[in-house]
Amino acid sequence: MSKLLEMHGISKSFYGTQALKDVDIKIEPGEIQAVCGENGAGKSTLMNIMTGILQPDSGEIVFEGQTLSDLNPRTAQEKGISIVHQELSLCPEVSVAENIFMGRVPEKRRGMVNFKQMRQEAEKVLNRLNLEIDVKKPVGKLGISEQQMVEIAKALSINAKILILDEPTSSLTDTESQILFENLMRLKKEGIAIFFISHRLTEIFQVCDSYTVLRDGVHVGNGKIEAVDPDDIVRMMVGRELDQAYPDKGTEVGKNILKVKNISRKDEFENISFEVNEKEIIGLFGLIGAGRSETMRTVFGINQPDSGKIELFNEDITANNTRKNIDQGLVYISEDRKEQGLFLDMDLNANVVAADLEQVSENNLVKKRKVKKIGENFVEIMNTKYASLDQPVRSLSGGNQQKVLLAKWLAVEPRILILDEPTRGIDVGTKFEIHTKLRELANDGHGVMFISSELPEILGLSDRILVMHQGRLVGELDAETATEEEIMMYASGRKNDFKN
Amino acid sequence: MQNSQGSSILKKLFGLREASLALIIIVFAALLSFMAPGFLSTYNINTTLIGLSMDGILAVGMTLVLVVGGIDLSVGSVMAFANVLAGMTMVTLGLNIWVAVLVSIALSVLIGFSISQFITKIHLSPFITTLSMMSIGRGMAYIITKGSPVSIGNISQTFDFIGGGKTFGIPNPGLILIVLVIVMDFLMRNSKTFRKIYYVGSNEEAAKFSGINVNKIKIMVYILCSTLAGFAGILSLARFGVATPTAGTGAELRAIAGAVIGGASLTGGEGTVLGAFLGIILVGLVNNALVLLGVSVYWQQLVVGLVLLSAVIIDMKVHSNK
Repeated sequence: MSKLLEMHGISKSFYGTQALKDVDIKIEPGEIQAVCGENGAGKSTLMNIMTGILQPDSGEIVFEGQTLSDLNPRTAQEKGISIVHQELSLCPEVSVAENIFMGRVPEKRRGMVNFKQMRQEAEKVLNRLNLEIDVKKPVGKLGISEQQMVEIAKALSINAKILILDEPTSSLTDTESQILFENLMRLKKEGIAIFFISHRLTEIFQVCDSYTVLRDGVHVGNGKIEAVDPDDIVRMMVGRELDQAYPDKGTEVGKNILKVKNISRKDEFENISFEVNEKEIIGLFGLIGAGRSETMRTVFGINQPDSGKIELFNEDITANNTRKNIDQGLVYISEDRKEQGLFLDMDLNANVVAADLEQVSENNLVKKRKVKKIGENFVEIMNTKYASLDQPVRSLSGGNQQKVLLAKWLAVEPRILILDEPTRGIDVGTKFEIHTKLRELANDGHGVMFISSELPEILGLSDRILVMHQGRLVGELDAETATEEEIMMYASGRKNDFKN
Repeated sequence: MQNSQGSSILKKLFGLREASLALIIIVFAALLSFMAPGFLSTYNINTTLIGLSMDGILAVGMTLVLVVGGIDLSVGSVMAFANVLAGMTMVTLGLNIWVAVLVSIALSVLIGFSISQFITKIHLSPFITTLSMMSIGRGMAYIITKGSPVSIGNISQTFDFIGGGKTFGIPNPGLILIVLVIVMDFLMRNSKTFRKIYYVGSNEEAAKFSGINVNKIKIMVYILCSTLAGFAGILSLARFGVATPTAGTGAELRAIAGAVIGGASLTGGEGTVLGAFLGIILVGLVNNALVLLGVSVYWQQLVVGLVLLSAVIIDMKVHSNK
């Protein structure tokens, strides 16, 4: 079969940093190809060149046997190269049909919108994805997975021949991901080529035909997916043998730190009880909507429970606000580092000291010397890579941003850490570093509890596993003996140890 | 790599908004002293200083509000309200002058408090809340005076001295502004509480998750801003001896312009009191230049608009180069 798209010897550098060096990639019609690599490996740069957002410094792009020069976003679209970004770019207040035809609205005479034609064509595209959505509905009223389908429909409606999906499943539940994959198979049969970017190897092995791996801007491997196993891909991505995917488990359990007794909050969670001990890592699993984050935010004091009791070191902290809890050593590290975690336009130091200005102040005045000392110290502890402590956090890569976020919370010298999706969207190498750090903290006598939607992470990192389903705690398992199937039985509500 | 060291120092210096602004002011003043000989006269400098001192006080409060990520359009109206309330209670109720001043300031605090409650408890946008308060405050000033200015005469020598006297040869309103700027700039740079304003303005959610009491900070900022506006109203009463409902008309725009020229960002998280002070001085100088060069006063607003536009464009360019 002839190649649909071939890119040869693509190089691109930014301000002296070589983002891509002599990279080759090609795809055939109906092929689903995984593009793998750690954060900063050059995946985004390559996709931005493919869609005409960036111009390569050198290299050749051949599409349907024709060499394309000076590709820009408009010509890329006209050729049929479309991308669906990780962050959706829809207008929530505007109808589904208008979103799909954004910028290309069919017209009647005198510049009036032809709503009838637009709606019919929108329905036609959605049918290809086996979707029945009211096209007159505002997009914001749809669920995340439906919104993503609308985004894909939008890409298809431009007669896409190549569809690029950047981390399409990062905010989807497992069921929603499966629906997405079914749709990808449907498009594959139509002959559409798909570049699939994901950190989740299981998905890659489920849907992709082939793979390309990038590392530090260099092409390090490609081929048929049947010819490799997940370990091979990881090895290519990190460039070294990962001796083990997770740090060793804890060997002992220390004194009790936190007791949560029968807390409930209307419409969020009901009758939740658990304990956290020193030297122990607890993984909290559940499907989206199970109430995990809501529960942990209440424990942290962002909200107060309607009933029940929370004790820290045998002291009642139920009515505490977050400030008091932080001062007593209880911290919660939110899942959305950009929205709820970091001050992106502020520098590294200012971010690290944000949760404890007290310790860098004397007589209510912030001392620059202390800020610098604490900042340097904890950024170093987390092994963060940066150019200058004065640089805004925005300019760091995702993994390093996450390290700054952790540094901020380690700087308050916590006794118990609750982490919400601590490694979401982070590359394998950084992920391992963060896991190792959490195990170190536990071994030092901290209590660690984390929320994750990734079963391998739950099984690999935890000593003890808690599972929630629809606002209730339904299972507690020993991580040594638990299996993915067993955890899913609890998470989907088919099994419940705490019927009450 | 060696190259980037040098350019980063340059960038830092150029990035120091206050330094470049001060330079522009010095160059501008030097040019002006050649073109208009009257510029360097004590009289002209003093009147210019007095002229910009009320706007300067408003700009200090405005900076705090802009840094926290809000806006306060009501400062000019609150200034007029405090001005006429103090004046009218002295004249018509015969209230002791200092009691009248205290009542006015107390009510300005109350206005700031209510603004902050609408914003933090009912979650109205700062723009709409303070736009309404701008109209309400001005309306109250007109109601109290029935629309016409009222002279308070020579009620107290001390009060007159605050508005009209000099200390160390500097007109008192100007001196008050300078002291206020020094104190507030120091606090904004160093105080634990005031630093939190930057965190809240930079990312409100993250500040909340970091254990910062976001609402408390916002309430403090809006109260401070209104209180300073009320204080500017009192100072204007002491200076002119007239309670006038049109006091501070358009002052909110000059205060915003000064703060933004000085580096405050309308999206929050950025801005300094010193910068706002320099911004107000630049606006004052431009106006003064127009007067001295015999340009009609009608041109003033137009030119201030142009200065603001240029400042914002230059700032955008500098920021995008980072």
